[in-house]
Amino acid sequence: MTLHIGQSARRENARRHLAGRGRFVSDLTLPRMLHAVFVRSPMARGRILEIDTSEASACPGVVRIFTAPELNVRCTPWVGTLGHFAGMQSPPMNILAEEEVLWTGHPVAMILARSRAEAEDAAELVMLDIEDAEPVTDGAAALRPGAPLANPAARDNLCYEAVLETADVDAAFVGAAHVVETSMTFGRHTAVTLEPRAVIADFDASSGALTVHHGTQTPYQFQDVYARHFGLSEGKVRVIAPDVGGSFGMKLHVYNEEMGAVAASLILGRPVRYVADRLESFLSDIHARDHIVKGRMALDADGTILAMEVDDLTQVGAVSAYPRTSAAEGNQVIRLMGAPYRMPDYRGRLSVAFQNKVQTSQYRAVGHPIACAVTEALVERAAEATELDPFEIRARNLIADDAYPHVSATGYQFEKLSHQACLAKLHEMMDPEALRAEHASLRKQGIHRGFGIASFVEITNPGAAFYGVGGARISAQDGAVVRMMPSGDIHCAISVTEQGQGTETIIAQVVADQLGVTPERVSVTTGDTATTPSGGATWACRGAGIGGETALRAGRRLRDRILTLAGALVQADPASLRLENGAVVDGSGAARITLEEIGRIATYRPDTLPDGIDHSLTVAHHFAPTGYPFDFTNGIQGSLVEVDVETGLVRILKHWIVEDCGRIINPLLVDEQIRGGVVQGLGPAFFEECQYDADGQLTNGSLADYLVPMACEMPDIEIAHIETPTGDTILGAKGVGEAGTAAAGAAAMNAVNDALRPFGARLTQTPMTPLRILDALDAAREERTDP
Amino acid sequence: MQLEELRTEGGKVKLPSFEYLRARSMEEAWALHSEAGGDALYLSGGHSVVPSMALRLQAPSRLIDISQIAELRGVSVAEGALRIGAMTRHAEVLADPLIAHHAPLLSQAAPHVAHPAIRNRGTIGGNLALADPASEFPAAVLALRAEIEANGPDGRRLIAADDFFLDLYETALAPGELLTAIHVPLPPESRLFGFDEIARRRGDYAMVGVAAQADVAGGVIAGASVTLFSVGFTPVRARAAEQALDGAPLSPESIARAQAALAQDLDPPDDPGFPPERRLQLARVLLGRVLSRMEPVK
Amino acid sequence: MKHLLSTTVNGEQVQEAVSPRTSLADFLREDMGLTGTHLGCEMGACGACLVLMDGAPVHACLVLAVQAEGCTVETIEGLTETGAAADLQARFHDRNALQCGYCTNGMLMSAQALLAANPDPSRDEIRDALSGNYCRCTGYEAIVDAIAATASDRAGRSETKTEAAQ
Ligand SMILES: Cc1cc2nc3c(=O)[nH]c(=O)nc-3n(C[C@H](O)[C@H](O)[C@H](O)COP(=O)(O)OP(=O)(O)OC[C@H]3O[C@@H](n4cnc5c(N)ncnc54)[C@H](O)[C@@H]3O)c2cc1C
Ligand code: FES
Ligand code: FES
Repeated sequence: MTLHIGQSARRENARRHLAGRGRFVSDLTLPRMLHAVFVRSPMARGRILEIDTSEASACPGVVRIFTAPELNVRCTPWVGTLGHFAGMQSPPMNILAEEEVLWTGHPVAMILARSRAEAEDAAELVMLDIEDAEPVTDGAAALRPGAPLANPAARDNLCYEAVLETADVDAAFVGAAHVVETSMTFGRHTAVTLEPRAVIADFDASSGALTVHHGTQTPYQFQDVYARHFGLSEGKVRVIAPDVGGSFGMKLHVYNEEMGAVAASLILGRPVRYVADRLESFLSDIHARDHIVKGRMALDADGTILAMEVDDLTQVGAVSAYPRTSAAEGNQVIRLMGAPYRMPDYRGRLSVAFQNKVQTSQYRAVGHPIACAVTEALVERAAEATELDPFEIRARNLIADDAYPHVSATGYQFEKLSHQACLAKLHEMMDPEALRAEHASLRKQGIHRGFGIASFVEITNPGAAFYGVGGARISAQDGAVVRMMPSGDIHCAISVTEQGQGTETIIAQVVADQLGVTPERVSVTTGDTATTPSGGATWACRGAGIGGETALRAGRRLRDRILTLAGALVQADPASLRLENGAVVDGSGAARITLEEIGRIATYRPDTLPDGIDHSLTVAHHFAPTGYPFDFTNGIQGSLVEVDVETGLVRILKHWIVEDCGRIINPLLVDEQIRGGVVQGLGPAFFEECQYDADGQLTNGSLADYLVPMACEMPDIEIAHIETPTGDTILGAKGVGEAGTAAAGAAAMNAVNDALRPFGARLTQTPMTPLRILDALDAAREERTDP
Repeated sequence: MQLEELRTEGGKVKLPSFEYLRARSMEEAWALHSEAGGDALYLSGGHSVVPSMALRLQAPSRLIDISQIAELRGVSVAEGALRIGAMTRHAEVLADPLIAHHAPLLSQAAPHVAHPAIRNRGTIGGNLALADPASEFPAAVLALRAEIEANGPDGRRLIAADDFFLDLYETALAPGELLTAIHVPLPPESRLFGFDEIARRRGDYAMVGVAAQADVAGGVIAGASVTLFSVGFTPVRARAAEQALDGAPLSPESIARAQAALAQDLDPPDDPGFPPERRLQLARVLLGRVLSRMEPVK
Repeated sequence: MKHLLSTTVNGEQVQEAVSPRTSLADFLREDMGLTGTHLGCEMGACGACLVLMDGAPVHACLVLAVQAEGCTVETIEGLTETGAAADLQARFHDRNALQCGYCTNGMLMSAQALLAANPDPSRDEIRDALSGNYCRCTGYEAIVDAIAATASDRAGRSETKTEAAQ
């Protein structure tokens, strides 16, 4: 019986936000709380000669100022490497810079004061004497022999390298009828969650308990990190993640400032609050991407893809992020290349370089937008070379829908995908022939429109081996405790967390269906290590697929328990009973006893039950994905743009996506995940970029200068679905959180290049700014006049 | 706001301490200002003062709130001119029928100034006194050939817009002098106006902007007034472009001459994010578009 | 030196000593406990902090608390209590026009002001009214839909797009 799975249930917890009753860490005030402000390095690379805090210490309201010697001793350093990344290096990191400053914004001192304003007053008076050193800003230069070290504690500037290849890749290129090439640059951008990072660490010396209110997506991971790095027993550490104002992967990394808040609270025995201001967010939140990729693709005369070869250089900052590393994105880039296509041969090379900038690491759709943009740009060039229509070349090369299971040239195992169905559906939605006719007539009026498409594969439901094999303490399993209350209402405490994607709503839907109740009768608790079982929480793309399955299985265990109890109460074989409409019904559908009645008896009159019967109406269940290492999803996106060739401005007119995330638990929430994801793909395609100058200064680190996508510039997004459930789970759901981001930029770039095609201009760098578009047009003009 | 000067280390969002005083008259404002010995700022909308203090780019010891002073308020027509009080909020500029009729460039500029909520607080007086070269109103005021009314302890004076914007964030106002109003000469019915800007996103400061007006007499342009903004340290009167237009009919040819002449008018500063040649190129494109769409007041 | 501020917050007369450097946002959040007004940038660039001041949306991060002297200030909590935006809030809920909820306060303020001034806005006009409101989660379309639906409701028109979502 499926009543609520598949329904567009609204989010109950949204009501609180609509009423202004959200509870974010940044809203919380605790007695005796101190406010932390960090003094940061104004330069990208240098040696600390002196930090003079005497004047600042005398400021009104200042309670304490820490520099590295007093604070770092409380914390064991962290190292951002993983065992399965052979040969990877990253120097240890601790809270405050000890001798060397490694990026602009590297924290060097921590001020604790009674108010944020007073802490800022004092920060202005801290005197820093830092000897300037030559920063390493360019990753390619960093890897040349004799380059200065970005981080003097590293062997060299190579953080990690890897090669992935099939045996016949060189032969494939030699024998190819067509070889197309590209060289692409993907700018740095960052998450810009609307609520900045926020933490309140509260150490109670009398009980030895540390409570951390932390705006994170992974509370259990931080419980483990805080316990281990501060020498506390795990049972004394509680992490509470209440409402979180956006995370997108950015809020699962270990940051100097959060560790500093914990250390300071341990030392002072008072709650310590740190909320990043927006400028600090740009200087301390992880950045994303920063890849330079060379790629080529071999095709036969019919336009069949034979092989791809790519070389990815990614530049990750002065240390690798902890605990997931800054190499994971590059690793995913080289593995996702060509993923939608039946491509037998492949070689991917990855070099990860240190430099003196903010560290990069996982952010929504890790690696996907890069792999997708490179692949789809090459497919577009291949279409030109073979004179095939963009839909046609994809139809020829996308893995056939009946050809599964399939192993990609990079070793990914696909259980079942639906590329061809998605392509056909997108064709129907976009009507490219009509678009083309319209564009031809508009061109005569000087209006230059173009459309582009991009197929993608998304990695979801990662199995326990993904990080586990490398030794990271990152959980891929999740846990749920489901119980029936005396009233017959249901409560589920679960380890997957909510940042607005609707986790609690879909969990309620799934549990409701197992127990024959409406979702309104299911309350869900998330985000507190003291009240929910341990699990992976929110990372990669797993809330629905893994969290949903966990809830389903826990719900079924409780169902069985209830039915056994009911069988004893109504003298029937439990196997002949089921749960429906809040009651136990028999084979004829007749209600035999209500949940409420069972709850009453089990709670208040267990003495009336037969001896030995288990009346505990609470069950716990943990679930770790088995079967395929990942449940891949797939889809395709289309973008329609208009380029003003005189100004380089682009209007994004429309966006389409056909997506297959397996079983859809809640269409309303799935579609809004996709829309939000698409816009997070279009932002960096056109606007978002962390710009650095040659000295390693971030020159646009404010919300006025770093351009986030806003309502006027973003299009309406039309969505369609194909549903191919995974057989790995009972529920059949895969993930959807990253699908939109994965291919939006690739489709948009193909669209811009379609609009520019008559001019012979082509964009190969994101974001596609007016300046870059004008430069591309000029370069094409020069090539035409001066061949 | 001097974003170029934005310190990048972060840790700055709260204002430093200062004394806040509310002036009820111009005399009181001047007295409070001189008492602070130059270490004071007037506060009108506060939408530049407050963020720049929060970023600790400025730290005056005293803010003098001038929003209650009667002389700074109201929009009226008298003695052949439209008078716009300095405290007129951007949203009022946008909606005011007198401004729409007599100073349409301001009404056309207003929707480009920031976002709706900022327009509810920002004032035209504060905007002009700040003299941000990327700002819309200064260019519009310049193109309108308006006069700035200033009042100080030494009396009242009218400063031609041409003489008002001296350098980056620098105006002809004397220390302590209040900008009280803008006077716009009433235009003839037939005058043509045009305003537009190129911005990356709606409400962003422009990459380049143009405000222009012109009279047509006997089929030819007379007294063209063309200003550009976001092209230098002040809004710029494009005099060579004006000359290229004056005396000729408004036609693709005269517009092309005006576009070509911009090279003499503009010397955009070297911005690594947007090189001067490109800014000039965009200025030409935009000027062409604005001139070819000039319209009289409806 | 602190000032004695007299203002009306959500219909209640308030007299509080505030220091001049305190922003209206900090005053509301810290002194009044009205944490529904959020801070996302503290420089006027994100719209998370919008409140209604004398009926018009303003950035509480850019207004000094002392500048609210004699004004009426309404926050999301007040708007909820009076029910003035109940239909808008309901449409946001129907359409899932929020995810993390951090931008929602500001979106509602901008929408409320837009609909008061322009009861029948086009989608472009709605997007324009939101031009200063950043949302990282939704991609904006659902918010535009919810506002359009509210406009239709208020004009007594029927609306199809959001009904499908219920
Ligand atoms: C996010 C954001 C985006 C913005 N975008 C734009 C934009 O696109 N275009 C644009 O033009 N502006 C923009 N602005 C600036 C906005 O228009 C400001 O409000 C305006 O420039 C300053 O006006 P104000 O009334 O707020 O002045 P205030 O901040 O109060 O004052 C500004 C300066 O002028 C002085 N001053 C004020 N009034 C007087 C007076 N009557 N006499 C003498 N001196 C005076 C003050 O002492 C101060 O030095 C933006 C602001 C923000 C926060
Ligand atoms: S906090 Fe006020 S606009 Fe961002
Ligand atoms: S819902 Fe998260 S920022 Fe809008």
